[in-house]
Parts: sequence; C-alpha cells; structure tokens
Amino acid sequence: MGGLQIPLEHVLVLSALLFCCGLLGLMLRRNIIFMLVSLEVMLNASALAFIAAAAKWGQADGQVIFLLILTIAAAEVSVGLGLVLQIQRRFKTLDMDAATALKER
Amino acid sequence: MNLLWLIPMFPLLSAVLLIVTAGRLPKQLVAILGAGSVGAAAVCVALLANDFFADGQIRELTLWTWIALDNFTPGISFYVDGLTVVMMSVITGVGFLIHLYSLEFMADDESFSRYFAYMNLFVAAMLLLVMADNLLLLYLGWEGVGVCSYLLVGFWYRDPNNGKAARKAFVVTRVGDVAMALGLFLLFTELGTLDIQPLMAAANNQWQVGDTLPILATALLLGGAVGKSAQLPLQTWLPDAMAGPTPVSALIHAATMVTAGVYLIARTHELFLLAPPTMMAVAWVGLLTLLLAAFAALAQNDIKRILAYSTISQIGYMFLAMGVGAFSAGIFHLMTHAFFKALLFLAAGAIIHCLHHEHDILRMGGLRKRLPVVFASFLIGSAALAALPFTSGFYSKDAILLSAWLTADIGPILWLGGLLGALLTAIYSFRLVFIVFFGHANTEPDRQPGLKMSIPLILLCVLAAIGGWINIPLTEVFASPPSDHSLIAHSVEYIGIATPLLGLLIAYLLFLSRAMSIAKLTESTAGQAIQGFLRSGWRFDALYHYTLVWPFVGIARLCKNEPVDQIYNAIVCTLKWFHRRLIIVQNGELRWYATTMVFGIVIFVAMILRHSL
Amino acid sequence: MIEVLFYSASVIALLATILALTRSNAAHALIYLIVSLLAIAVLFFLMGAPFAAALEILIYAGAIMVLFVFVIMMLNLGEVGEAQERGWLSVKSWILPGIMAALLFIELLIALSISSEQTIALTSGVAVPPKEVAMSLFGPYVLAVEIASMLLLAGLVGAYHLGRRFIVRREGVHEGGDS
Repeated sequence: MGGLQIPLEHVLVLSALLFCCGLLGLMLRRNIIFMLVSLEVMLNASALAFIAAAAKWGQADGQVIFLLILTIAAAEVSVGLGLVLQIQRRFKTLDMDAATALKER
Repeated sequence: MNLLWLIPMFPLLSAVLLIVTAGRLPKQLVAILGAGSVGAAAVCVALLANDFFADGQIRELTLWTWIALDNFTPGISFYVDGLTVVMMSVITGVGFLIHLYSLEFMADDESFSRYFAYMNLFVAAMLLLVMADNLLLLYLGWEGVGVCSYLLVGFWYRDPNNGKAARKAFVVTRVGDVAMALGLFLLFTELGTLDIQPLMAAANNQWQVGDTLPILATALLLGGAVGKSAQLPLQTWLPDAMAGPTPVSALIHAATMVTAGVYLIARTHELFLLAPPTMMAVAWVGLLTLLLAAFAALAQNDIKRILAYSTISQIGYMFLAMGVGAFSAGIFHLMTHAFFKALLFLAAGAIIHCLHHEHDILRMGGLRKRLPVVFASFLIGSAALAALPFTSGFYSKDAILLSAWLTADIGPILWLGGLLGALLTAIYSFRLVFIVFFGHANTEPDRQPGLKMSIPLILLCVLAAIGGWINIPLTEVFASPPSDHSLIAHSVEYIGIATPLLGLLIAYLLFLSRAMSIAKLTESTAGQAIQGFLRSGWRFDALYHYTLVWPFVGIARLCKNEPVDQIYNAIVCTLKWFHRRLIIVQNGELRWYATTMVFGIVIFVAMILRHSL
Repeated sequence: MIEVLFYSASVIALLATILALTRSNAAHALIYLIVSLLAIAVLFFLMGAPFAAALEILIYAGAIMVLFVFVIMMLNLGEVGEAQERGWLSVKSWILPGIMAALLFIELLIALSISSEQTIALTSGVAVPPKEVAMSLFGPYVLAVEIASMLLLAGLVGAYHLGRRFIVRREGVHEGGDS
C-alpha cells in the first residue's frame, strides 16, 4: 500500500462535504435520534480530516487525535441516548420542537 | 437656693406621668396633677422671687453637661436674673390661673388628661426657655413650646380644619426657627460659645457697633423672634391658631409663648445694641405689625380672632419698645399684656363656654346683666388693653410711647404710629365690649361660669388693674438706664393719655349710642371690599398662597413623578425593549439554536477568509 | 487501481451518509450509517492508518451503533413514528438548513483553495503502524489519555443515571414520581 498518491485536498473536500451533510441533518431533522446521528457524522468527518493529515506527514499524532474523538463520541452517545430515553418519558415524543423547556411546566 | 431645678421639674414630671398613663387616671387625680404641678412651680417661683427681691443676686445652677464636644459643652444649666424672674412669675402665675380655669372649661372633654399633659409639657418647656443659661438649651425650650403649640392648636383633631391650623402654626414658625438656628450657628462659629453671658462679653470685645457680623447674627435671631411672636411677615399663623381651646389661646398665644421672641431680644439685647440697623428693623417691624393688626382687628367678627389680632398688635408694641432700646418698658408691657390679655381670653372663653360655643360677636349682645363677672373682667381687661389711665396697660404703653418719642430722627414718626395704634386699640376693644355686653340679647347663656372659672378671672382682674404698680427688677439686667422722661414736654404725655379716651368716645358713638353711623360706609362696595380686606388680615394668606405655597406645591407635584428618575427609567425601558426583542431568540428550540450557531460560524469563517484573501 | 478503490469508497461513504440522514425509518438510517462508517474505515486503511480503521469498525460501527439500535428497539417507534417523520421532512423545512450548509461548504472550499495555492499537498502513502500510535499515546499524550478515561467515566456514570430512572418508570414502581 505504499504507492497511494492522492491529493490531500480531495480527502479534505470529502471531509468538508460529510461535515456539511451532518450539519444539514442537524438543522433539518426534528427527531432527537437523527440529530445524534448527524452529530456522529460530523465527528466522523473531522476524524477523517485528522487521519488525512496524519497520512500527509506520516506521523502518529493524527491517529491519537482520532482516538480522542472516538472517546468523545462514545461518551456523548451514551449520555445522549440516556437523554433520549428521558425525553421520550417526559414529553412522550422525540420531537425537539415540542420539547422546548428544561423544566416541567 | 439650689432648688431651681424643681421649678421646671414639677410640670415636666406631671406631663410625663400623664402621658405615660395615657388617660387611665381618674379625673380628680389628673386635675390635681395638672393644675397642682403648675401651682407648686408657682409657689417655688414666688419663694424665689421673694428671695430675689431681698438680695437681688443672680442665681446660677448647672445640673449636668448636656453635650460634650471638644470645646463645645452646653450644659443643662439655669441662669436666673431679674428678667428671668419676671418671665417665670408670669409663666407660672398666669399659667396656674389658666390651669385652674381649664379644670372647669375642659371638664366635659373626653381628652381631659391629654389636655393637661400637653399644657404641663408646655409650661415645662417655656420655663426651660426662659431659665436657660445657654442659647442651645433656650432653643430646646423654644422648639418644645413650638411642639406643644402644635399639639394644642390641633387639640380637637377630629376637625381637619384644626389640624390644618396646627400645621400652619408649626410650619410658619419653623421658617423663623430656621433663621434662628442659622443665627446660633453664626454666633458659635464666630464667638466660640453659646453660653449667653460669655457670649455677650465676647461680642462686646470682638465687635464694634455697626459691624456686619452682629447685624447679620441679630437679623437671623430677629427672624426667629418674628416667627415665634407672630410679627410681620410671619404673623399669619396666630389668627388661625385660635382653633385650639380658649385657655390654650390665653396661655400660649397671648401670655407666654408668643412673647418668647420679645424675651429672646431682651435676653440678647447687648448683641442687638451692637447692631443699630437691626434695632431699627425691630422698631419698624413692631410699628408696622401693630398698625396692621389693629386695623385687621377692627374688621373681625369672631371674638377670638379679635383678641388674636390684638395680641399681634400688642406684641408689635413690645417690638417697638425693643427697637427703640426701651427694654424695660417692653418687658413691662409683656407682663401687663400677659395679665390683661389672659384675662380677656379667659373671659372670652367663659362667654363661649356659656353660649353654646358661639364665636360670632354679632350673635351675642346684652350679656352685661346675664354674665356680670365676665362683664366686669372684660371691662377691666379692655380698659387695660386700651391703656385707659391708671390701668396696668396704661403705664407700660405710655412708657413705650415716650421712649419712642425720644428716639433720634424718627422718634416722632414712631410715636405717631404708636399713638394711632393706641387709638385703634381703644376703638376695637370697646367695639367688642359694646357689641357683646350691651344692646339686644341675641343668645341666652345656658349656664354661669363656676367657681374655678371665676376665681382666675377675679385674680387676673386685680392684676390687670394694678399690675402697673408692680416694680419689676430689671435695672440690673439692662445696663443702659431708661431715658429720662422728664425731658419730654407735657403736651406729649397729655396726648398719649387722651388718645385712648378719644378712641373710647368714638367706639361709644359708633357702637353704643349709634350717634354716628358707618353703615353707609360699610355697606358701599368699596367699604365692603375694605372690610373683607381687613377681615382676611390684609390678605396675607392669599399673598403667601400665591407666592409661596402654590409654587411649592407645583414643584412638589412635579417632583412627585421624580423627573430625574425619568432619565434612568428611559434607559431601563430601552434595555427592556431590547430584552423583549432578544428573548424571542431564546425559544428553547434546539434546531433554532443549531441554525443560529451555524449562521454564526458562517459569518465567522467568512470574516477569517476575508482577512486571508 | 488503488486510487479507484479510494474514490469509490469515498462516493459510497458520501451517498450512504446522505441516505442515512434523509431516511424516515430510524433502523434503515442506522444501516446506511454503518455502511458509511465501513466505507470511511476503508479510507483510513488506504491512507495508512490500519489501527484507526480497526477502531472505526470495532467501536463506531460496532459498539456505538449497537447502542443506537438498542435505544430504537426500546422506544419501539413503529409505523406511526415513521409517518410522522415523513411529514416533518417537507420541502419548506429544507430551505434554511440547506442554504446554511451550502454556504459553509463553499467557504470551506474557498479556504482549501487558498491553502492549496501555496503547497500542493499529497498523502505520503506511508503507513503508521499501531506500535507507533501506542508509543505516542503513552508517551507525549499520556495526559490526554487520562483525561479521555475520565470523560468516559463521566459518560458511564451519566448514562447509568439517566437510564436507571427510565427503567424504574417502566417497571411502574414510581409512576410519574421522582424526576
């Protein structure tokens, strides 16, 4: 696999595209599960950019950062899904337009 | 005699006791406490006066230091000289008679105890005022009597008009008191003490006759005196103060408190002697006030208001005396005035008491036979007020007029003014007598004055009649000897004697025999206008209302909405407006937050790009 | 040939992502997302990061996605939820998010074009072995590892706390009670 020669920009463009897709999903969807999915996509897109940078310089640092991103994603998803359960219980819906108050009225 | 402190202590103790018990004591006990305490003080004063006449020594007593501030240490200390003895005798003597009289006058009042509490407190404060050896303690007594005056004018507080009169009395005298306080500040900063005797000595040492500072200081003190003594231009409160019970008018608004201004000038006369312009002002204030009030008294129909204007007028005489340097004559007139005016007020009170609270003299008449004691009292009182020969008022007023005559330059003018005042005094006092006691009986008295009313009347009759022969010990106090009256032409003296008799004759012709008639004059339009003008006290109330009260109320009304705060309110309103606009953004919708965040990011990145391009 | 593999994986990742985000059925969306993640794992592998590719598959496509699946199963949204979801995806709701995302993408492209003018960057094609990653993880980045472990612990506690209440309610012990 030594001979792979791909312009860095291409990877970065892909990363940006994925990020924008995630962002679009975040703004578009009203379902909290899809919002979390969009966040995963965005995190993943930034991870891709780091790996690309790591490949560009041939250093391990990019992969270390990827690992940290992975950690954040795992923690975020576990807490986020716990919240999803709570929201379903409180509001009887996953529609975030309906759940606008932190406190029960 | 170091029992001086007992004298103010008796009424003060009684007042405190009556206030603390708040009307729970039986009426008998209240009567004993109220009148008895003043009686005890009167006995003490009599003993003191007896001693004083024997040795003529000044008595001083320091109870304790009131305030100790560096070199400013006014004490609760008393200073008793001839002037003080005279004042104390008047206050406790006349005061006791009036208290005795009040026992019957107020017998049916539900606030019997409260009345005596205030009265005793007043006597205590007034004694403090005259006995004080420093001006600060004098000021305490000064304000104390002001408070008691307020409380007693508004004694029947259920009628809002009485409350208004009380507030007016309090506020108007406050104007003078502020001037007096400023005067005290000035004296202290300039001379470093408020103890009266050292103060006088220091003033004589440091200041020359006619310097600016003594003129300023005495002018400020004069402001206080004018306010307290209801002189021009602060005289408007006294006629309204007649809203209180009649014995109150007799004690406070005729015999004692209103003469405190005269006492103040007499007490600080050495200071006034350093300021000839102020002396001149005092004389002119006195002259103008006595004429103005005498004219106003002519037109009144309310028996108490006639007496009130007459009081203002007589105090005007005292001021005139002070102004021309005849301090002894002024204090002499103060004393005789206390006798005959208290007598007149008490007699008027007896009429009001016996005539179902009737105040209008036109609805009285023919009381000569029905209330003989009152008639006798009124006759003697009016004679003394009009200064008919050989009554007490004659001697004092004569002395004042002769002293005025001797004044340099303007002496004859002052004398003539005083003489005109004397003529008017005779006319209005005998108008009162003739209308009330002669002619048709319009209202029948429903009772006769009892013993407790009659005794004070008779005693005061005696005093008013022979009070002129009392020799008051003032020569020590007022260093400058009274002018030698023997220099005066006899014609001047005869005119002075004849004028009140002329007034009596005019009153007789106008109001008793009806030989002359002023009906045409009073019924014409101009006459009505003049009468209304005089009856309202030269429209001073209206003048003050439009020049002072009205603008003040206007400003107060403006400030009620706090105009300065409007600026800050505007800022707050603007912020609130923006807040309400901004709060729309914070709607709790997650997608909206995400969108706005992205919008922010877009802007932010665009800004960075713009830089790097 | 290997470039063709790279670009086709890229296209698959992009398409799968778009499909995942526009589905109305959450389970379908998750399957597409897994596809997208696997394609990105291929990209990682091709860019010389085999360790990262393995973790992508194991943790992302495996563990995290399984969590999603569990939650979806627990909520049991069904047909009604799906219909509702379709109703929310109207054309009108696309406008503002679309504009925003497009603007941001254009800006990112401009940024890339600015930087590529200066240096024509290429991937080196040199693989970074797991050992090297591990060396730097426990070398200069040891503090970051510690912080990450603490973050995971916090996530664990938070998830347990939130989820426990849900379970209690489902059992009906504290109906509408402690909240």
